[in-house]
Amino acid sequence: MLEKMMKPEELAKIDHTPPIRGWMDPYVKFKKGAWCYSAAPKNLKYLDLPNPREWSPDQENWKLPENWKEIILDGIRERIEKYRSFRLFMDICVRCGACADKCHYFIGSGDPKNMPVLRAELLRSVYRKEFTPAGKYLGKWGGGRDLTIDVIKEWFYYFFQCTECRRCSVFCPYGIDTAEVTMHVRELLNLIGVNINWVCEPAANCFRTGNHLGVPPHAFKDNVEFAVDDLKEITGIEVNAPIHKKGAEVLVIVPSADYFANPHYYTFLGYLALFHEIGLDYTFSAYASEGGNFGLFHSKDMLKRLNAKIYAEAKRLGVKWILGCECGHMWRVMHQYMDTINGPADFLEEPVSPITGTRFENAATTKMVHICEFTADLIYNKKIKLDPRRNDHLRVTFHDSCNPARAMGLIEEPRYVLKHVCNHFYEMPENTIREQTFCCGSGSGLGSDENMEMRLRGGLPRANAVNYVKEKHGVNLLACICAIDKATLPPLLEYWVPGVEVGGIHELVGNALVMKGEQERTTDLRGEPLPVKEEDSKDV
Amino acid sequence: MNALRSLFESNKKAAITSGVVIVVLLLLWAVGWLSFLCRGIFGVLIPYAALALFLGGIVYRVVQWAKSPEPFRIPTTCGQQKSLPWIKTNRLDCPETGWGVFGRMALEVLFFRSLFRNTKAELKSGPRLVYGSEKYLWLGALAFHWAFLIIVVRHLRFFTEPIPSFVQLLQSLDGFFQIGVPILYMTDLIILAALTYLFLRRVLDPKMRYISLPTDYFPLVLIIGIVLSGMLMRYTPVKADLVGVKELAVGLMSFHPRIPEGIGILFYLHLLMVCVLIAYFPFSKLMHMAGIFLSPTRNMANNNRKIRHVNPWNYPVKVHTYEEWEEEFKDKLKASGYTLEKE
Repeated sequence: MLEKMMKPEELAKIDHTPPIRGWMDPYVKFKKGAWCYSAAPKNLKYLDLPNPREWSPDQENWKLPENWKEIILDGIRERIEKYRSFRLFMDICVRCGACADKCHYFIGSGDPKNMPVLRAELLRSVYRKEFTPAGKYLGKWGGGRDLTIDVIKEWFYYFFQCTECRRCSVFCPYGIDTAEVTMHVRELLNLIGVNINWVCEPAANCFRTGNHLGVPPHAFKDNVEFAVDDLKEITGIEVNAPIHKKGAEVLVIVPSADYFANPHYYTFLGYLALFHEIGLDYTFSAYASEGGNFGLFHSKDMLKRLNAKIYAEAKRLGVKWILGCECGHMWRVMHQYMDTINGPADFLEEPVSPITGTRFENAATTKMVHICEFTADLIYNKKIKLDPRRNDHLRVTFHDSCNPARAMGLIEEPRYVLKHVCNHFYEMPENTIREQTFCCGSGSGLGSDENMEMRLRGGLPRANAVNYVKEKHGVNLLACICAIDKATLPPLLEYWVPGVEVGGIHELVGNALVMKGEQERTTDLRGEPLPVKEEDSKDV
Repeated sequence: MNALRSLFESNKKAAITSGVVIVVLLLLWAVGWLSFLCRGIFGVLIPYAALALFLGGIVYRVVQWAKSPEPFRIPTTCGQQKSLPWIKTNRLDCPETGWGVFGRMALEVLFFRSLFRNTKAELKSGPRLVYGSEKYLWLGALAFHWAFLIIVVRHLRFFTEPIPSFVQLLQSLDGFFQIGVPILYMTDLIILAALTYLFLRRVLDPKMRYISLPTDYFPLVLIIGIVLSGMLMRYTPVKADLVGVKELAVGLMSFHPRIPEGIGILFYLHLLMVCVLIAYFPFSKLMHMAGIFLSPTRNMANNNRKIRHVNPWNYPVKVHTYEEWEEEFKDKLKASGYTLEKE
């Protein structure tokens, strides 16, 4: 895929000047490499979703239901009643333009409809025409636009060029959140069967098997056992990794890529090592073998359908609380939605770390703790022995994932852990980290190969910031706490910043963790030779 | 020549808009004459109608928003959450309590906190992306809104007798430098400069021109018209008869409207434009003034995992239960040694 692409210096020639022709006449050219394939009918059928059929966005006929317009307008009406933010975000934008150059897709593509303000205007114009006097009576002069098939096509193209990263909402003087607008439009499009396979297939898989990748329970068990063996080879310790252990204290929820894909897998090894070392009484679940939730990128209904298994499984297994691992959008769901949609989890207890006794008051009702909060607390209370020199071959920077940063405020915890497990940590420029962090360019279900050019464009701001620390500090590892990041940043960096790898925080924790009774480690969790011997390891 | 043409082409929308604006202004002038001739209607009836539309419209719109619930708690967190006690929380940009939200909203409403973050991204060769601080929009917006507020408060002197002391104080502060006779108000200069900046920004920046709608230019031009007509009356020989104006204003306020003689056309034009502005207000983007208070990404606390948020329309959905899942994978589960519930 990458070989056929334009050279980076070609792709980086981006013109940000908008065309002379205005945007009010709907117009969209389906550019190869900038859109995702439509959802396969079998996935829609499995999930009981409307209008399953074979179709392709680049073809003229989208085979929409006859009354598609009525469905969309009814859908808007329904959402206006259900969400205050719908009408509010449609009404109060003053088009000040502060959001324009905050979007990674606009920066990387120069397409003016990728300015968050204009992306939202694609919907706003229809809303004004149909639901406000200004648009109804003044038409274009009142900013109103008719809802036509071309508008639908434009919506599809541009609302699947938004990763719901919320960076624009940080800068908006009224807090207008394009992620909300995108979610609404994607829901509307779903009503007439307009959706992408890279969202619907993982959702169907997840509904059926329990995880996005469609790993069935026996393969799940095999994968976990495989990891246990790998860890034994590296550390000499055979850890216990229980699945469906009733009465365990903690249910551990991971994104499925952690036990299935690289480089996620090394982070998974890190969890196993850590849980063994502190003697955590925990269990995995094959039924709830996915923390991620592509329902978030589909509709609130699908979000709830896929998320339901988490609390259900915690209840069935009789655990006290839930520990959630490294994943970005999963944490938006767990933090901002789970308790509301599938709670109250009154059968669980307020999380208390069995190792330190720390009460996680911030998770008192949802009863789910982020693993970075958990590990930071372990380190702060000096409950684990770390040798950061085992990561001395790595010069590390940290990529804040959109959702933990902008929907949770989980900013210092991962940094605290990083600073204790490695000696060489360097921040990227401040306009590209923390709440101003840039998306990987492939979030919200847009990480498919056919969408590669758009992904590389959208990832340019992130890659560029990585390049800065690579040149300045020789950074060779980008640490992050998101499964989509770990899947999509490696090709991105290979394209823009060759020589920088991607890894998880708990991979580095696993490297540095000095385990009781372990053999002398000669490699890190990836099997790379270690820089130092460990007899002179220091306590932390 | 080509460059000139493309400049014209690209400014076409703005040019048309400006043309329309000029025609509207001329019409307004005619209307000004008309209103002078029909003082009873334009001095009394229209102001009352506009005020009623303004107040009624705002209430209507806010109620319309508030009728819909906010089903999820979705603050945009712009700083460190409250988690472990030894990690410093950002109480204002990531508030966890009601007071924190109050502080965040106050910063937002009074000082435009989010706009203050504004940066400008520039792509240089390499490729190298550079982010510069970009505070002009913040400064222009803040200057405009504060100057507008002070000017409105200053106008209270026309509506009240005796004039409240805070109005007098504000007035003397505004004219602190005592330049000219009558004394020049700083806010008049500031608002004019800010409006000019905001207008030019829309017209000259290609991106801004591209996203701007007629409904963006209209209130801007209208307010410029109001400011200019007001300044003409204060600083030039086309002065309004202030005693007469006050008589009219106090009459309106006390619901005993009187139409004094000798106020002049310019005043009626000024008044009419103000009426148009406030009548237009509730049906336009100017409602951002009220809307900001309801914005869920700003007015909700980031305490999601601590205090449960209830969605009033939460309804059951079809899920894949454990029992169904176990049934579907029964053979495989057994073969790989899982303990089953149904055994």
